Amino acid sequence: MESIWQNHKGVVIGLAIAIVAVLSSIFVTPETKQAVIVRNGKPIDVVNKFRPDLDYGNTGAGVWYRVPLIDRVVFVSRQILAVDMQRQEVLSRDQRRLEVDAYARYRVIDPTRLVQTAGSTARVEEQLRPILNSVLRQRLGTRSFQALLTAERGAAMNEIKEGLDKEAREYGVQVIDVRIKRADLPAGRPLETAYTRMETARKQESDTIRAQGSKAAQIIRAEAEAEAAQTYAAAFNKDPNFYDFYRAMQSYDTVFSNDSDNSSIVLSPDNEYLRQFRGTGR
Amino acid sequence: MAGKSPWGSNPGPRGGNEGGEGDDPAPEETPSAEGGNKPRNPWLPGDGEDGPRRAANIEDLFKHRQARRGGGGGGGNFPRMPQAPGGKSWAPLIAIGVIAGWFLISSVHQIGPKEEGIVTTAGQYSRTMTSGLKFSLPWPIQSVEIEDVTSIRTDTIPEGEAEKLMLTGDQNLVDLSYIVRWNIKDLKLYTFQIGDPDNAVKEVAEAAMRASIAEVTLDDALSGSGRAQVEQSVRTRMQALLDAYGAGIAVQGVEIKKADPPEAVVNAFREVLAAQQDAQSDINRARAWAEQVTARAEGEAEAFDKVYAEYRLAPEVTKRRMYYETMERVLSKTDKTIIEADGVVPYLPLPEVNRRASSNSNREESE
Repeated sequence: MESIWQNHKGVVIGLAIAIVAVLSSIFVTPETKQAVIVRNGKPIDVVNKFRPDLDYGNTGAGVWYRVPLIDRVVFVSRQILAVDMQRQEVLSRDQRRLEVDAYARYRVIDPTRLVQTAGSTARVEEQLRPILNSVLRQRLGTRSFQALLTAERGAAMNEIKEGLDKEAREYGVQVIDVRIKRADLPAGRPLETAYTRMETARKQESDTIRAQGSKAAQIIRAEAEAEAAQTYAAAFNKDPNFYDFYRAMQSYDTVFSNDSDNSSIVLSPDNEYLRQFRGTGR
Repeated sequence: MAGKSPWGSNPGPRGGNEGGEGDDPAPEETPSAEGGNKPRNPWLPGDGEDGPRRAANIEDLFKHRQARRGGGGGGGNFPRMPQAPGGKSWAPLIAIGVIAGWFLISSVHQIGPKEEGIVTTAGQYSRTMTSGLKFSLPWPIQSVEIEDVTSIRTDTIPEGEAEKLMLTGDQNLVDLSYIVRWNIKDLKLYTFQIGDPDNAVKEVAEAAMRASIAEVTLDDALSGSGRAQVEQSVRTRMQALLDAYGAGIAVQGVEIKKADPPEAVVNAFREVLAAQQDAQSDINRARAWAEQVTARAEGEAEAFDKVYAEYRLAPEVTKRRMYYETMERVLSKTDKTIIEADGVVPYLPLPEVNRRASSNSNREESE
């Protein structure tokens, strides 16, 4: 090694300087970043700027150059990023409270502007968060509670997205999507009243079910009785006189021929049954 | 793999070395800082003083060092490497070894059957590697990131057993937990397009689930068919959102693991079930009764019909017969007293009646 050093001192030093010079004048931009070259505090160029029509591999990512010591490179994400909003209470038009958790997804489309206005995506998020909060509260506040929950949510979200997007453009940022991640009833009164309502609704349901059950049972009994009556009528109506006799016989049987019953019967000799007793039968 | 020396301008030592130990990996592992003037390899036994070669352990190392120090070797505390063949330095060999290893590690890639690799050239995307043994230029010119693409990943939301309440369309609350299964559809998009894609999947799932649950009623959310519908619509929504972001993610399925009424009102829901059972048993009882009533009616009607048919054949006689038979049955089991209509003279005074009367009075007295 010494021999190399001894013999080629000049060359080695020259090479080292060249390497340092090259390394400090090139930089690598990954696919996920956009690079803003700032000269004397002024952005002069953007590498790998986002353009929707370019596929990865053709976007300009890779090795690029700068003037050492004069140009500063600021990297800005090229990906779709998310701003998470703090959980906050929204008052709907009908004065009901809803706790909302939302997020916005955005992409830096004008990194130059972003670098000039905010400096970094973290700063942009800091700026966007309160805007998102207020836009959200404002727009959702014009809607009824029911509308917030159901289909209209889509339209509301679009409005919010557009509202936020307008503000975000100032920072060179495009808002792609705003979504409500969670929408809950706030703890305490609103939640408790919801529980009470659910409970009473269920109570009503169970009472109704029981009532319907006994109604159905009653109807079933009545129908059976009607059917039985019809059956009886159809049979007995063929000869009401005979039925009278027949049924009377049955009835006597049931009433008097009961073993446990110690009833006494007092008969008059005129009784039909005792007719032959006197020997005066017809 | 011996390759060319990276030091193109290096004139001397190569010729002597190459034949001998160009590819020996041992020198690579030697800390290159120690490549002093008269290097000796501490991992190898000293010049023939020990027996056959074996792996050195810590004690051996210390033993050697101790011995050397005692022997007054000029190397201070550092072990020394043995002299390279030809009396040249080890340094170029080590450098070549390191470079070869580096080439090997950073340019040969084994990509498993479920994996794909993204190749970037100085940060710029150049291609996607599919499975197999693949080569790239060494780092830092190209770098390769390998990711499992076909395996299904699952996210359980919420993690753990916590209650997660969601508002349904009829403003009720349902305690829901679900599983999202997904995999990477397009590794390129997955890698570059979106920041923290794994978290994005969860957030999108949350948003989609809320929106879908808000479209159904509580009963639908709790019932089987409603669940299937919610699962389907969440999946569709998620896929649409992720595609809109260009996230390169395919949602394979969404399964609702649990959809229950909130803990606080679960009793009221159980009461509904109980009411349903009660109502059903009411109806069952009524049905049983109805069955009895109609059957009896039919039985009686049938019996009447049979007797009537007989009666029709011989009305008078049958009627008489029935009368007497009945009277027999009735009167044979009862006490009978026959009284003359005007006076009160019993034809059959019947000791039985008296006896019974007296026994009754006795009983009354005894009480």
